[in-house]
Amino acid sequence: MKGEARDRLLARIRERQGKPREPQPLEIEAVRSHLAAHPRNPGPRDQFDDLTRFRERALTLASTLEEVETLEGVPRAVARYLAERHLGTRAVCWPELAALDWPGSGLDVEARSARGDDLVGITGAFCAVAETGTLVTLTGRHTPSTLSLLPETHMAVVRASRVVRSMEDAWALVRETGGMPRAVNFISGPSRTADIEQTVTLGAHGPYRVHIILLAA
Amino acid sequence: MELTSDRFKHTARVKLADANLQAALDKLQTNFVKGRADRVAELDNFEAIRDAAAGIRQRALDHLDLYLAEFERNATAHGAVVHWAETTDDVNRIVCELAAKYGVKKAAKSKSMVSEECALNDALEAAGIQVVETDLGEYILQLAKEPPSHIVAPVVHKTRGEVSDLFQAKHGRPRTDAIPELTREAREMLRPHFLSADMGITGANFVVAETGSTLIVTNEGNGRMVTTLPRVHVAITGIEKVVPTLEDVATLVRLLPRHGTGQTITNYVSVTTGPRRAEDVEGPEHFHVILVDGGRSALLGGEMQEMLRCIRCGACMNHCPVYQSIGGHAYGWVYPGPMGSVLTPTYVGIEKALDLPHASTFCNQCGVVCPVKIPLPDLLRKLRERQFEQGLRPWTERAGLALWGWAARHPTIYALLSRLGVSVLKRMGGSDERIHDLPLGRGWTKQRDFPAPEGKTFRELYAARRRR
Repeated sequence: MKGEARDRLLARIRERQGKPREPQPLEIEAVRSHLAAHPRNPGPRDQFDDLTRFRERALTLASTLEEVETLEGVPRAVARYLAERHLGTRAVCWPELAALDWPGSGLDVEARSARGDDLVGITGAFCAVAETGTLVTLTGRHTPSTLSLLPETHMAVVRASRVVRSMEDAWALVRETGGMPRAVNFISGPSRTADIEQTVTLGAHGPYRVHIILLAA
Repeated sequence: MELTSDRFKHTARVKLADANLQAALDKLQTNFVKGRADRVAELDNFEAIRDAAAGIRQRALDHLDLYLAEFERNATAHGAVVHWAETTDDVNRIVCELAAKYGVKKAAKSKSMVSEECALNDALEAAGIQVVETDLGEYILQLAKEPPSHIVAPVVHKTRGEVSDLFQAKHGRPRTDAIPELTREAREMLRPHFLSADMGITGANFVVAETGSTLIVTNEGNGRMVTTLPRVHVAITGIEKVVPTLEDVATLVRLLPRHGTGQTITNYVSVTTGPRRAEDVEGPEHFHVILVDGGRSALLGGEMQEMLRCIRCGACMNHCPVYQSIGGHAYGWVYPGPMGSVLTPTYVGIEKALDLPHASTFCNQCGVVCPVKIPLPDLLRKLRERQFEQGLRPWTERAGLALWGWAARHPTIYALLSRLGVSVLKRMGGSDERIHDLPLGRGWTKQRDFPAPEGKTFRELYAARRRR
């Protein structure tokens, strides 16, 4: 039944386009070679310094950003950010970041997936895109995606060396991992909506705040 | 969605007189039109990127069956189940069967225009399944029991006051008309649904042949919620939405938000490939993709094929003087504006939407702003020609054109008739040279005067000029 619908549909496509019933070697080769080569299309030509552009664009998207020298400095930066905004001391973090000295900065941080009532989520990033000021995360055992989604505040640790120019460059890095994870999330600032009277409002369903900690080392 | 395109003229008249709607539409024009212009201006190399985007979509259509088969192969390899739906009824049947199979009681939906084509919510509710729309705009419409009036900003026709009244009535909370508070209220109402839904239903802006992935762009984050939290994820999309590679996706994502909402990128671009893996700690256990024909294949290989390049940004409607004047509801189906005026007659039947191809001034703003270069006015003109060829125009129009065609082939008679016409019209103009009431042209003179001709026909003026 299911197979029949599929075959009828594909046959109808070929028939409408005036093609023979079976795909011809030339067509198959055209598709195969395009997929194998996956060539880049023309993109923006403007020259920019990736880090400078990333900082600029991230701020334009209503993210906030600070720079920290080393990974060990992250808990202190997180504690300071939360204290300044009266956001408490509790958070959940990616299992990847579990080993940091959170208690040393007075924080109560659990490494796990986020639940609906968690208020602060701390993640890393697979990479970041300078052109648009975007964070890129991949799902996996140590990098669950709910932490950048359910809490009201999302804090993301990004290594400066992982800031690439474009989405194409991000895809190139994903290809190097050997395949697609369940989800690749491109995150560009706090969740927002403009559905009512086209007035932009932050914190629609996801975070109200996205704070980027850019790691020099 | 119920088809009411046959009432276009009547509804358009009502909408023109709706002050709230007119205020909302003014805002659309300033925000989306200016937003697109600004974002395009700052994109260096724009025309080359736009050419590439049109080329990517065309390439996918040129080898549509092969790219779809490739998508299916790769999606299946990642554990997804791909379904093929020839009709919108098939979509509803497949989703209801999946719901029954997985014991689904509640489905949370992110915005999907294809599901509007299917009237999926009605089908699920008839099967006893609760459906919650989670895009803020769609949620408001579900409460108000109204169809969307725009494909990107579905609730653009409503004022905050109307939303406040609706929320007060449905949520039973104290009334607020501050937009941030209304948004917060919807967030608090919808969060429990995200957490308790058994099935998440989304559309897909694109599906990627190379990887078997589905991609959605959202700003609110509801798309990520419904693809992450429920046990089952069902993505429903048209067969034309396939894109060959990830590089191709990058190009299209560079243009889609710029043209849709005037953003350089949407808050979230979410690319999902199959269900939860062995190593994953979250994500749906079951992932199904439904590829829908629903009238699309009928456009292939014909003069309407270019329409299938559409990436649903909404720029054509935002820039259309007709849409700007009447909003989306008058068009009477899922897709309004110029793209809708092509899609509605081609998907549901040319005879069921006779006014839509005429709801255009042919100013070509839609064609100019289309990121994938669909020649919308050409397609509308071809639909007008089809209507004429199939004898679908009113007899008065056909008789009039036949008469004009006959006269145009007889120059002496044409000259005589036009001289006669001009002199009658000149006399009707009277001393102020304006015609206030023109028989056969009252649609014009009801709103404004018709300038009277000055006395000579074009042919007479031309002949006099040549003599000089």
